[in-house]
Amino acid sequence: MQLVLEKRTERSNTIALVSPLIAIGLTIVTMTILFAILGKNPFLALQAYFIAPLTDSYSLQEIAVKATPLVMIAIGLSLCYLANAWNIGAEGQFLIGAVAGSWIAVKTQGTDAGAWVLPAMLVLAAVAGALYALIPAICKVKFGASEILTSLMLVYVADLFLDYLVRGPWRDPHGFNFPTTAEFDPVATVPLLIEGGRLHLGSIIALLVVAAAAILLGRTIKGFEIRVVGAAPRAARFGGFNANQLIILTFAVSGALAGLAGIIEVAGPVGHLQPGISPGYGFTAIIVAFLGRLNPLGILIAGLFLALTFIGGEQAQIAMKIPLDVTKVFQGILLFYVLACDSLILYRFKLVVPNRQVTRGAG
Amino acid sequence: MQAHQRMLDPTPNGLHSGESPLLKTVGLTKRYGDFLANDSIDIDVWPKEIHALLGENGAGKSTLVKAIYGLIQPSAGEIRWQGEPIVLSGPSEARSRGIGMVFQHFSLFDNLTVAENVALGLDGKESFKDMSARLEQVSRTYGLPLDPGREVWQLSVGERQRIEIVRALMQNPRFLILDEPTAVLTPQEADQLFVVLERLKTEGRAILYISHKLEEVKRLCDTATILRGGKKIQTCNPRQETAASLARMMVGGEIREVKAAAGRQTTIPRLVVNDLSLAPDEAHGVRLEHISFELKGGEILGIAGVAGNGQDELFAALSGERPSKDPGTIVIEGIAAGHLSITKRRKLGAAFVPEERLGHGTAPRMKLSENALLTGHAASGMVNHGFIDTAATLKTVDKATETFDVRKAKRDPEAASLSGGNLQKFIVGREILRNPAVLVVSQPTWGVDAGAAAVIRQALLDLAAAGAAVLVTSQDLDELTEIADRIAVMFHGRLSAPLAASEATREKLGLLMGGSSLEPKEAAHAVGA
Repeated sequence: MQLVLEKRTERSNTIALVSPLIAIGLTIVTMTILFAILGKNPFLALQAYFIAPLTDSYSLQEIAVKATPLVMIAIGLSLCYLANAWNIGAEGQFLIGAVAGSWIAVKTQGTDAGAWVLPAMLVLAAVAGALYALIPAICKVKFGASEILTSLMLVYVADLFLDYLVRGPWRDPHGFNFPTTAEFDPVATVPLLIEGGRLHLGSIIALLVVAAAAILLGRTIKGFEIRVVGAAPRAARFGGFNANQLIILTFAVSGALAGLAGIIEVAGPVGHLQPGISPGYGFTAIIVAFLGRLNPLGILIAGLFLALTFIGGEQAQIAMKIPLDVTKVFQGILLFYVLACDSLILYRFKLVVPNRQVTRGAG
Repeated sequence: MQAHQRMLDPTPNGLHSGESPLLKTVGLTKRYGDFLANDSIDIDVWPKEIHALLGENGAGKSTLVKAIYGLIQPSAGEIRWQGEPIVLSGPSEARSRGIGMVFQHFSLFDNLTVAENVALGLDGKESFKDMSARLEQVSRTYGLPLDPGREVWQLSVGERQRIEIVRALMQNPRFLILDEPTAVLTPQEADQLFVVLERLKTEGRAILYISHKLEEVKRLCDTATILRGGKKIQTCNPRQETAASLARMMVGGEIREVKAAAGRQTTIPRLVVNDLSLAPDEAHGVRLEHISFELKGGEILGIAGVAGNGQDELFAALSGERPSKDPGTIVIEGIAAGHLSITKRRKLGAAFVPEERLGHGTAPRMKLSENALLTGHAASGMVNHGFIDTAATLKTVDKATETFDVRKAKRDPEAASLSGGNLQKFIVGREILRNPAVLVVSQPTWGVDAGAAAVIRQALLDLAAAGAAVLVTSQDLDELTEIADRIAVMFHGRLSAPLAASEATREKLGLLMGGSSLEPKEAAHAVGA
C-alpha cells in the first residue's frame, strides 16, 4: 500500500473552503502536544487562547482593534500575491506610513489646526507607504532584483528610521527621556466608535477596504488582470496584460494600505509614535492573506482569527505563564499547515496497491 | 524471475526463435482512477516486422508503449518477451533485454555535444573514446551521419532525431519503438528514415511504429494494430486496406469532409508584412529575417516548415506579444501596426490562436467564461466602465459551445478539464465569433482528434469565405494542402515565396523545408545556413 498525491481534473471548491479549517485543526493538535511538552495543561491553555477572549466585551473589541491593521495589510498583500508579486515588506510600509502621518501630528502639535489634520495624516501615510513599496517594485521591473529580498530588507530601514526619529528630533521633551513623541492632539486622533470603548473608526475603514477589494477582484477587468497575470503569465501576455505594470500597481496599493494601517494604529489605539507600535502586523498579515485564501471575505475572517491568537496569547501569558513567543510559534505552524493543505485543492490523496501484485494475481 | 538470469544473445542474427512472437501482450490493461487508458490489449510483434500502432490522440498508444518500455506498470495483463512473461522494473531493464525506444520529444542537452549526449543516455561501462568510436561506426553503418563533436543546439530537428535513433541502436535492440518519428521531419528526411527502418527490419529486428499518418503506414508497415478509446479495434495488413478504411477504424465512423466554398473572391489586402526582421529574445532563438507577404481577404495562406524555424517568433511578432520598433513592418487593415500591442491589434480586427492551448491560449485553471474574457475584453463589449459583463462572457461560451460542438461536463468548466480537441474548438470558436478581419492561427489541429480537426478546418474555410484573411502555420502538410490557397515555407527565420496550392507538391515543399531553393541554378548546393 502506498499513499500518493493524484492531480484533480478540476480544482475542488469544497476543499478550497475547508482547507483553512483543516489547517487550523492540525495546528491545534500540534499546539496541544506542544503545551503538553511545556508542562501546561493543554485543555486550559487552549481555553485561554481561544475561548476566554470571546467571553467579555473588552476582549471582543480588542480583537476587532487588532484585526483592523491585519485585515487592511492582508488585503493589499493578497492583490500582490494574486499577481505573483511577492511583497514581504508590509511591516516596513506600515512603519513608514505611521512615521509620515505622525509628521503632521507632530508639526501641528499644540497649534489650533482644524479638522483637516487627521484626513491629511491618513492621505500622507497612504502616499508614503505606496512610495516606499514602489522602491522594491521598481527595482524588480527595471533591474530584475528579487522583490522578496528588497522589500524585506527595507523593513529594517524603516524600523531604524522610526527609532531614530523618536529618540532624536521628535522625542517628547516632557517624556522622561522615553523614546516617544508626545500624545497626539484630539484632532490628530482616530475617533472611537463607542465612548469609553476600544473600537475606533479604523475598523470601519478596514471593512470598506474589504468590500472594495471584493468588488475589484470579482467584478472588474483590473481584478481579472491581477488574477490572470498570477495564474497564467503567458496567457496574460497573450490577453494583452502587462505583468510589470501590475507589479507596480499592486505594490503601490498594498504599500498604501499598509501605510494607512500604520497611521491608524498610531493615531488610534496607541495615540503617539514610539518603537514597537507593531507586534509584527506586517508579517502576520502574510499568514492572514494565505489563511484567507487570498479572498477578501476569507481575509476578514482570518484576520479576526489571528487577532484572537494575539489576545489569547496575552491571556495565556497572564493566566498560565505561557511565554508570549508561543503565539508566534502558533502563527508559524498555522502558515505551514495552510500552505500544505492548499495542495489538496488541486490534488487528492489516494491509496495505491503496487501493480506487481495485481499483475501476478491476474497472470 | 528466471528471465532475469537468461543471457541475451548480443547479435541480432539469432533472432528467429521459431513460432513465438518476439513480444506479445496479453490482456494488457492500464487503469488511471476510473479511466481505462488501455483495456485488455493483445498484440503480437514478430521479428522482421514493422508493426504500426495506429490511433488518434488519447487512443492509448503511448500508454501501451510506455508499459512495454517499462516506464509504467500495467494494472493487469502481462507482457511476454520471446514467449516468457516478464515484469519490467523500468526502462533500463527493458533496454538490457533488447527493447529500445525513440521518443517524440527528444531528451537532449542543448549545450552538450552529440557524443556527450549519447554517453549520458547509455548505461555505459566503456570509455568515452570507445563509445565515440562506436557512435561513429553505428552512424556510418546505418547511413545516419552525425558529427560527434558538435553541440546539439547547432543541429536541425532531423539531426537531433538521428542522435536519439543512434543512441537507441548503440544498445543493439531487437525491438525498437518509434513514437511518431516523422512528425518533425521533412518528406525527404522521412524517406531517408524509412530506408534505415527497412534495413533494421532485414537485420531481423522488430519495430513498433506509432503514427497517425495513414499513407506512411501503408507504405512502410507490414502489420497495423488500430487502437481506439483504449481498446484494440483490429490488427490488419495496412497494404490491403485503404486510407479511408484505416481512418474509419481509428475514428469509429466517417470523418466529415472539409469543403471549401466554391468561387471564393479575394478582396483587399488585410494583412501585409513588409521586410520584417526581429532579433531573438532568448539564447538559441531564431532571428526573423526579411519576411514579407501580403494576405487578402477571402484567402488562406499556409506556412509550412519544420518546427523551430522561426514560426513561434513570427507568431509573437504578428500578434504583438513582441512588438517591433518599426510600425510599417506589419499592416493590419491598412493601418501600420508593427509597434502596437496585442490589444490594439485586436481592436483593428485581428484575432490570434497560438499553438499552446493550455497556458498560452487559455489560463488552464480559469473558467471558460474567464478565458473568453481573456481575448474578448479588447473589443467584444464584455467590459463596461471597467466592470465585467459576466452575462456577455457566458454568452460567448454558450455560442462557441453550440456553433463548434464543444463537449464539456458543465456549462462553465475550467479550461484544463476539457479534452485537447474540445478546448481547441472553444479557442478557435472564441476568436471566430468575434468576426475577425484577420485570423492568425498556429498549429490549429495539433494533437486534436480527427472529428474536431475537421470542424476546425471547416471553420477556417468558412471564415475565409466570409471575407477574412487567414494565416495558418502548420507542420502538417496534408492540412495545409487541404485548406490553404497558397503555401510558403519557413526555414531558418526566412519565408519562401508562396506557392499556389495546386503547385505545392510534397516534393517542392520538402525541398524548401530542408532549406533548398527551388530555382534550378542554385538547387544543387543551397542546403543549410
